Amino acid sequence: MKEILGYAYVLGDDINTDDIVPSFTLTMRDANEMANHALEYIDPNFAERASKDLIIVAGHNFGTGSSREEAVNVFKILGIKAIIAKSFSRIYFRNLINNGMMSIICDWDENIISNDDELEISIEKGKIYNQTKDIVFEFTKLPSFLKDIIESGGILNQLKHKIKSD
Amino acid sequence: MSLTITEKILRKHCPEKNISPGQFIEAEIDLIMVHEQLGGRIHEEYEKLEIDYVWDPNKIFFILDHWVPAPTINAAKMHQDCIKFAQKFKFVHNMGMNKGICHQVLPEMGFARPGMLIVGSDSHTTTYGAFNCLSTGIGATDVSVVFATGKLWFRVPESFKIILNNTLHKAVMSKDFILTMIGEMSTKGAIYKALEFHGSGSKWLSIDSRMTIANMVVEAGAKFGVFLPDDKLKNWLKKRTILPYDFITPDEKAEYEKEYEFDLSEITPVVAKPSNPGNVVVVEEIQGEEIDQAFLGSCTNGRLEDLRIAAKILKGKKIDSKTRLIVTPASREIYMDAMSEGLIEIFLKAGAIVTHSTCGACIGGHLGVLGPDERCVSSTNRNFIGRMGDPSSEIFLASPATVAASALKGKITDPRDYL
Repeated sequence: MKEILGYAYVLGDDINTDDIVPSFTLTMRDANEMANHALEYIDPNFAERASKDLIIVAGHNFGTGSSREEAVNVFKILGIKAIIAKSFSRIYFRNLINNGMMSIICDWDENIISNDDELEISIEKGKIYNQTKDIVFEFTKLPSFLKDIIESGGILNQLKHKIKSD
Repeated sequence: MSLTITEKILRKHCPEKNISPGQFIEAEIDLIMVHEQLGGRIHEEYEKLEIDYVWDPNKIFFILDHWVPAPTINAAKMHQDCIKFAQKFKFVHNMGMNKGICHQVLPEMGFARPGMLIVGSDSHTTTYGAFNCLSTGIGATDVSVVFATGKLWFRVPESFKIILNNTLHKAVMSKDFILTMIGEMSTKGAIYKALEFHGSGSKWLSIDSRMTIANMVVEAGAKFGVFLPDDKLKNWLKKRTILPYDFITPDEKAEYEKEYEFDLSEITPVVAKPSNPGNVVVVEEIQGEEIDQAFLGSCTNGRLEDLRIAAKILKGKKIDSKTRLIVTPASREIYMDAMSEGLIEIFLKAGAIVTHSTCGACIGGHLGVLGPDERCVSSTNRNFIGRMGDPSSEIFLASPATVAASALKGKITDPRDYL
């Protein structure tokens, strides 16, 4: 799998699904309109900032709360390259993997990543190179079962292929 | 090989004979619950599969509860999409929008039974763990996978043994316990874990109380929260189902990653301050804080036992004139029972607004949306920023007793003053 490049967008612990997509947006018919509200309670300019290649770098329990998959979809729409977190909430982690979003569990701290740092993630090597700080650090590689789902572009692509070949 | 309840139920649902924590398995699903998410992302995701069937229309429980009846045109369109999908794929158990909140109605109708593996398009699907089954929330893509195949991948979770001893004091509720537990563990304390509730203390808890606990285990990050079976459960199920089931108990030597012990008699009323359910303090520390709204309802605490204790506190009294009290029974059945017990009359006479059953206020959808800077003491499960309305509003999570006592004073109030 190729390397992922982007700028770090740093968030704290316990960023929840209501932060990512506020409930009032959930009945919106247009997913792009919903995406414009992503993380707005935390950063009113987030959607705009996402016009450059961002890698979200979060603390513990990222995506806690609801099962709403909109909270993954808005990041896909905004072109977020990958999400690094110290830990993910369970449902959110599944939703990321199932949707083919690169999700990395890594116990980072502010000495190794700060906002706007240019990051280069090598999935194969399990390494992140912080170009801005010129340091390399490792993360635990995903089990191959999950990596396969991401590499297929999501679990529905995998399933569609299987249904067709059966 | 000694197994926990979670390991036993998962093993029953997959081809592997031996399973252990950390392993990935593909398990057969007994039942899937879907609500408005069907008209949200699910129908769009399902179309990607280009198939014209679902694996088993008899194993899908479909209900509309979040925005009922539709408060906006967009919500109405969402309902239309849901209904169209349900008709197209010939869902057998189509509950419509007049029965109540999914997590109350599904067990009421006998769909949650010991030993089952249930998933749902809602994070509080963990509620059914009160019935000695495994249940958990999933997103739209996972729902699509289940609709197509009846199977889903799982990572077998490690289990925590939660031992409950003694009983709660009279003004203290299971909500106070679960908030205390989340405060102690933190909201990340049980990520991906299965919580198994043991001990003589859990036997004293009513089914309603167990549902509140299982409902909120997800707020500590847990995947499942499952209770041991007992006669109380058997009697409850007798009224709800004629289908057979087997109780699932853990092996004596089952392995748990961690063990927690709680003395329920030492639990006191607590409140989770904004804006994290783990931000828990004893009520004394926060009493006197002014509120604009008190909300009693939701899948967490809109059951008969919750309404009864609130009515006991409110009987013959008037709520504070500057405060709104909104009461939303969790299901139509509960609403009707509360009516025949005279509870609804007590609420109305006290000055409450009583609504039909919906998730409305809890998600800031309708029937109790908070304005800028408003503060609400709520019997719900999440106090995230903007959860119930404007992002500047604040939510204080508490038990139904604390909500009712606070409505009387217009301030956060210790329910022990009234009971």
